[in-house]
Amino acid sequence: MEIFGAGLPVLLSQLLIGLVNGSFYAILSLGLAVIFGLLNVINFAHGALFMLGAVLSWMAMNRWGLGYWAMLALAPVAVGLFGMLIERLLLRRIYQLDHLYGLLLTLGLALLIEGGLRSIYGVSGLPFDPPKALAGATDLGFMVLPNYRAWVVVASLAVCLATWYVIEKTPLGALLRAGTENPRLVEAFGINVPLMITLTYGFGAALAAFAGVLAAPVYQVSPLMGQNLIIVVFAVVVIGGMGSILGSILTGLGLGVIEGLTKVFYPEASSTVVFVIMAIVLLVRPAGLFGKDS
Amino acid sequence: MNQSALKIRDLHAWYGESHVLHGVDMVVNPGEVVTLLGRNGAGRTSTLRAVMGLTSARRGSIRVNGQETIGLPRHRIAHTGIGYCPEERGIFASLSTEENLLLLPALKGMAPGMDLAQIYALFPNLAERRHSPGTRLSGGEQQMLALARILRTGARLLLLDEISEGLAPVIVQALARAIGLLRDTGHTVVLVEQNFHFAAPLSDRFYVMEHGRIIEHFGASQLQAKAVALGELLGV
Amino acid sequence: MNTKLSFGLYLLLLLGLVLAPFFGAYPVFVMKLLCFALFASAFNLLLGYTGLLSFGHAAFLGGSAYVAGHAMKVWGLTPELGLLVGMLMGALLGWLFGLLAIRRQGIYFAMITLAFAQMVFFLAVQLKFTGGEDGLQGVPRGKLFGLIDLHHELAMYYFTLVVCVLGFLLIVRTIRSPFGQVLKGIKENEARALSLGYDTQRFKLLAFVISAALSGLAGSLKTMVLGFASLSDVHWTTSGQVILMSLVGGLGTLSGPLAGAAIVVWLENRVDELGQWLARQSSFDWFNTLGESVSMVMGLVFLVCVLILRRGLMGELIALVQRRWHWATRPGRLRALDSSPDEPLL
Repeated sequence: MEIFGAGLPVLLSQLLIGLVNGSFYAILSLGLAVIFGLLNVINFAHGALFMLGAVLSWMAMNRWGLGYWAMLALAPVAVGLFGMLIERLLLRRIYQLDHLYGLLLTLGLALLIEGGLRSIYGVSGLPFDPPKALAGATDLGFMVLPNYRAWVVVASLAVCLATWYVIEKTPLGALLRAGTENPRLVEAFGINVPLMITLTYGFGAALAAFAGVLAAPVYQVSPLMGQNLIIVVFAVVVIGGMGSILGSILTGLGLGVIEGLTKVFYPEASSTVVFVIMAIVLLVRPAGLFGKDS
Repeated sequence: MNQSALKIRDLHAWYGESHVLHGVDMVVNPGEVVTLLGRNGAGRTSTLRAVMGLTSARRGSIRVNGQETIGLPRHRIAHTGIGYCPEERGIFASLSTEENLLLLPALKGMAPGMDLAQIYALFPNLAERRHSPGTRLSGGEQQMLALARILRTGARLLLLDEISEGLAPVIVQALARAIGLLRDTGHTVVLVEQNFHFAAPLSDRFYVMEHGRIIEHFGASQLQAKAVALGELLGV
Repeated sequence: MNTKLSFGLYLLLLLGLVLAPFFGAYPVFVMKLLCFALFASAFNLLLGYTGLLSFGHAAFLGGSAYVAGHAMKVWGLTPELGLLVGMLMGALLGWLFGLLAIRRQGIYFAMITLAFAQMVFFLAVQLKFTGGEDGLQGVPRGKLFGLIDLHHELAMYYFTLVVCVLGFLLIVRTIRSPFGQVLKGIKENEARALSLGYDTQRFKLLAFVISAALSGLAGSLKTMVLGFASLSDVHWTTSGQVILMSLVGGLGTLSGPLAGAAIVVWLENRVDELGQWLARQSSFDWFNTLGESVSMVMGLVFLVCVLILRRGLMGELIALVQRRWHWATRPGRLRALDSSPDEPLL
């Protein structure tokens, strides 16, 4: 069976790849949005933190014999703690400055982390096998479903929705939402906002690292794996606007799917289609699809 | 019982480079209701904001129940026992009414304030709208929410900034009753009020501010005598 | 600090540059430095004086590098025409990027420029005329005006010097013109500028186009100097590089980008040696690999600048001199992103 000249299996498998990429876009843009909402800093280091999650997992598996499942829990914790350290020691010093210094600081961090790891591991990918439980594929009849990729989509969605739930529906999330709206007032009401900020950055970092562990068997581990990804995520964030969590998730997934489909029908454009969409959105709806005017 | 609830000495405060308070001296005794009068821009709101640590810089002494707060980090100030109703009410748009109510933490080391059931009994409108976004409430309801919020925390010293502003007379009366009730239950209240008729019957003492300083200070019994002078001072 | 002193210092610098080849300076190195100095100055016009952080300037440098290189290699244009074509390319790209990017402010603006530049990068990878991974090789220097053969090292050197000086003077002129004053006003407080009746969007777009055009000039010149254009010219790390140059040298100062370019280019050349020296001193072998990771050193310099040396080298120097000269002036008032109104020339 063919749709627009592409066989169904090809279409579906590209769709799945698109969903996988979209899952990463969703998790990363979610983390970026949460951090930006409270700290007003665009975390350029997000790609590096993503990569750290993957590299740590690789190191753990090869040096200390820890398994994938252990790292799925441990890597986010480790990177989250690292993120909190970054916030306390470095980011805190620049809040009173122009926003752009936040971008520059996190850019410097990204270069430092990526460069440092690159000098140790080089640039070629380090192999990373999916865990045995998820290896292989399942035959669904109309397509063969790679198990690991399906897992990535499911796990990402679960984490994104859990994050959405915590932020939108729980008292803890209410603290974050209020702090995002008016941090000084919330602080005057007796809430330890500086701590909240540190924890939020740590959480964003943990989310990125979680995505990194998920991504390791898909992209193979390389110190550069975060770089090009983060730029696309920036475009995703501009397209979606940072106004709503669900918005970030939907935009990320949607763009991943569009990218996947473009690869089937118009492969040369697949690396730039997200940017083209960004240009269109800027013309038509500058605040972003789900954005509130900032 | 010699400790004042609030004792401000030589308070200076700045918004950025703008020097807005030039040495404010004020004392509020426990259980009193004190009103800060003055024209717009006199520094009344700034005084309350300075107490809460919401100005960019401040210098001097602010003692709450004897505890010096001038050097405290902002998030610890409320825990000395203060409940603050900002002029702009500070209702968070991304939170529902109930979330707004539950947002403020119970103050450490204080006797607990009202619980949710008691609050809803006192303010039934809020119970009705508990799941609406905070900013969809009417002005009067938002003001009640702002007040209810701090009653939950156990705060004994209440700083209320322009709470009658822009509200219908019947609601203003309700607020007046509420403040009377608060005084009767041992709370200390500092009011910043433009509406003289609202504040005057409630207050034990008055401070008048101008250009970031206290220029007049008198008790309720002297109110009649000062009426004319006040009229000039306040430009009423 | 007066204008005469600044002028004198610039004259001294120019003299040094004119004489440099005779004192053993490696001409290609200095020419590359001059191109980056122009690039950084063009970038600083946008960031330091208009307050717009573009994260995509590599697109202008590299895009023009490719187009000018192609024009001279395949179409046989003479150098001055090649440079013109490069400049126009830069201006065009700047106009296209700017139209869309200016619709958002601050951080969004930076992200949009980054995204567009990445698009240019991907195009460069795919289009045939760029030569993809190999780059555009064998770009001839040609004969200036059809007369002067620029394959002579000295001729090329002085040509480069003249072009860069002219470009720099254009930037100075722009900043010190009424147009430049409006840009500064927009940087300080756009709302106020708007309320005064200025169409701030047009001003910002124009500044963007000028900055892009001059960056394109720098890129085209660089292609002529080195004889090739490559993907690294359009890679986002080059955008990061020029930001670093401005930051290290001093945002909002005229001499800052010059100093910053010199420092960064020198550093990148020497990181290898620096790494080896560190390895010998500390017997920590890992330092030997430092050369492979210029970006790590760059990242560190970024951190140091943002956290400690916010005013950049020239910014700090100027502040220091000002402090000495005027006891009464409060040097703390010099915010890093402010161009000092008392110091228009340095």
